Amino acid sequence: MSATVVTPGEAVQAPEPESSSVNYLNVSHTLRSWLLTGDHKRIAVLYLISVTFFFFLGSIAASLVRIELMSPNGLMMESETYNKMFSAHGIIMIFFFLIPSIPAIFGNFLIPIMIGARDLAFPRLNLASWYMYMIAGVLVLMSFLMGGVESGWTFYTPYSSLTTSQVTLCLIGLFIMGFSSIATGLNFIVTIHKMRAPGMTWDRLPLFVWAHYATSIIIILGTPVVAITLLLVVMERMFDIGVFNPANGGDPVLFQHMFWFYSHPAVYIMVLPGMGVISELISNFSQKRTFGYHMIAYSSLAIALLGFLVWGHHMFVAGQSMYQGVVFSLLSFILAVPSAIKVFNWTATIYKGQVRLQTPMVYALGFLGLFLIGGLTGLYLACLATDVHLTATYFIVAHFHYVMVGGAMVAFLGALHYWWPKMFGRMYPDSWGKMSALLVFVGFNLTFFPQFVMGYMGMPRRYHYYYFAPEFQPYHIASTLGSSVLAVGLILPALYLTWSLKYGKKVGPNPWNARGLEWETASPPITTNFEQIPIVEHEAYDFDHGPIDDTWDEESPIRAHEVKR
Amino acid sequence: MSAAAHGHDHDDLVFHQFEDLPQQRESYIVGMWAFLVTEVMFFGGLFLAYILYRMKYQPYFFEIHKELNIGLGGLNTVVLLFSSFAMAMAVYSHQMKRKKPTLGWLTVVQLCAAAFLFIKLVFEWSHKIHVGHVPWAFQWNEPGVPPEIAKLFFSMYFGMTGLHGLHVLIGMIIIGALQYLIWKDAYSVKDYIPTEMIGLYWHFVDIVWIFLFPLFYLMPQ
Ligand code: HEM
Ligand SMILES: [Cu+2]
Repeated sequence: MSATVVTPGEAVQAPEPESSSVNYLNVSHTLRSWLLTGDHKRIAVLYLISVTFFFFLGSIAASLVRIELMSPNGLMMESETYNKMFSAHGIIMIFFFLIPSIPAIFGNFLIPIMIGARDLAFPRLNLASWYMYMIAGVLVLMSFLMGGVESGWTFYTPYSSLTTSQVTLCLIGLFIMGFSSIATGLNFIVTIHKMRAPGMTWDRLPLFVWAHYATSIIIILGTPVVAITLLLVVMERMFDIGVFNPANGGDPVLFQHMFWFYSHPAVYIMVLPGMGVISELISNFSQKRTFGYHMIAYSSLAIALLGFLVWGHHMFVAGQSMYQGVVFSLLSFILAVPSAIKVFNWTATIYKGQVRLQTPMVYALGFLGLFLIGGLTGLYLACLATDVHLTATYFIVAHFHYVMVGGAMVAFLGALHYWWPKMFGRMYPDSWGKMSALLVFVGFNLTFFPQFVMGYMGMPRRYHYYYFAPEFQPYHIASTLGSSVLAVGLILPALYLTWSLKYGKKVGPNPWNARGLEWETASPPITTNFEQIPIVEHEAYDFDHGPIDDTWDEESPIRAHEVKR
Repeated sequence: MSAAAHGHDHDDLVFHQFEDLPQQRESYIVGMWAFLVTEVMFFGGLFLAYILYRMKYQPYFFEIHKELNIGLGGLNTVVLLFSSFAMAMAVYSHQMKRKKPTLGWLTVVQLCAAAFLFIKLVFEWSHKIHVGHVPWAFQWNEPGVPPEIAKLFFSMYFGMTGLHGLHVLIGMIIIGALQYLIWKDAYSVKDYIPTEMIGLYWHFVDIVWIFLFPLFYLMPQ
């Protein structure tokens, strides 16, 4: 083992430029060593590659949908193709990008390191979850190629149980995807409970880990329910069992209940890990202890529990009783409180911090603004009277894109830029990073803000044509133009991050002057993460006690921003 | 990177990610309970659907449930309960590091499981398939009960007892593997934790039946 590997607690030398230390990436190079790995960091990299691939596919479908909507009469597709296109977009983005993205990549990579463990509790289960993800992906893509699915990502019955499109195959794929997700969640729960290093008390746990703990609870409680629900639709299609078919005494609205019992909490599976990321970014780039650590941590748990009590707000107009509507509305308003607590605490953390506007922080600030809009518009929808007007319009589309793209995806990009040097040992050019972060922010708003307006004016969602209301065309064109700006903002990181893998500047263990355990081990880390299991003596945001060690080398891009304390 | 570099004594039974045997044991047990939580939610969705329809169609469901054989269902309940006792004994024997009793009790579990499936398939299911109660070839001549409601009932019946039966079958396969490993003195089952985990699974499968039996077979007027 070469001398550059770090032992926690020791002063760390900046590595010589051409050091050849052994790390998790270069311990072995065979394809087999990757495909049969048990190392959580390698599995994270496998996930990074495959999730990026699915994100690319989902984006292509989105672009086609947006181009099609530039004209009130459509441009190039049959209506059926249009339906298949937005369904493919939603299914890929939700189940194959948003749900696994942050947990399976960054959670996988970081949780063991952040809590001072050598690996997750069940490495083989972890690998199996990736294989399930891939098998599910292949099945779902097959269903698209063999004719497509036109029911949208929500698969509402009785349409989904009667249509002749490839719903069965697609649902079997999603069923398997559910187990992949469960495997990850279960692994996190056990790891966080049982594998924390000595001194890593719950009070010192990084907020990223807290957020993943809450997410994992949602995963193991919710995912099995949607799995059985989708399985029932498959049975319905294969054997005509009748559970969701009114002609057979079944109740199609029961499907909606069971679906949203999972899928509302699932929106928090998508955004809670992002919130964990933002907590880390804001604290570090303000060089300040997080304000209200405990409130942020407990609000994650509150979201996990309350999130299970509001599913009915998706069904205000689906024929549930008025009293049910009132209760679900009230609970939805209450659910916004823990999210607001987080936003206030993040803001208070920035206040009087030593803010360094580097790429990850630009993303974090973007998240704050976009999530705020997304969350607040959620309240319009949670309010019964306004929802009757807004439901099933573009307002909904704008709302959930603000929380899921503006929230979860922006947080994903922030995480990517923050932990990239840790994962691969090299830094990307910060100026490019900032520029594309800005492009994402501008492009995103240009794409989705017009959708609020036209939704409010009455443009229905999931419509192929709108020749009956051509006044919506300018908004659609603005939205499509915005999406091309967004696309540039997404392609750029793909290019410069790939470039940086070979040509980026090498970095030491702690390029950001951060405090968490993950910054005390080498970049990239060794296979067992630490030479010795560390003993934790401070929390992950211990900025009040000066830097632990000055590890960056002279020309690191961060140098210029360093604040003398 | 050798195991010694971890800087602590490594018990042979302990995987590299764990510090020591107690940590590994606790992790496995917590993991198993978390898995059982997912199983509860998985079956929970079906129970919810069934209970809703039973509330909605209570008088019809009462008539239809007379088609089920309470005697056979009751017998199966006894068989499964006994198998849980045998499983508890197997876990206890393994904790006491007594190989033969462990294998013996596990065999009892296997026999019970086989008997359960035999009764279920040969005496109950095959009869119902024969008279046309499966959803894809459904027949119903009872006047007073709409055929689609009867079909809904039997869909739920086959779906839920089928999923439960599948769990019994999977249990038999896992227990078979466990028996083989114990018999071969395999390294991975030196510790009793694998047996304990499978035991938990088995008790869960048993409990599911404890709920299924009254819900389907013992219906009030
Ligand atoms: C701040 C609290 C939030 C409230 C009160 C809220 C409220 C609502 C309501 C009432 C609807 C249903 C509107 C309708 O269909 O008529 C809705 C839809 C939706 N929300 Fe939210 N929301 C919140 C946060 C979020 C977050 C954080 C996410 C995702 C990360 C999210 C994702 C979605 C999605 C995906 C839909 C649409 C589902 C569909 O019909 O396809 N929401 N929201
Ligand atoms: Cu919701």
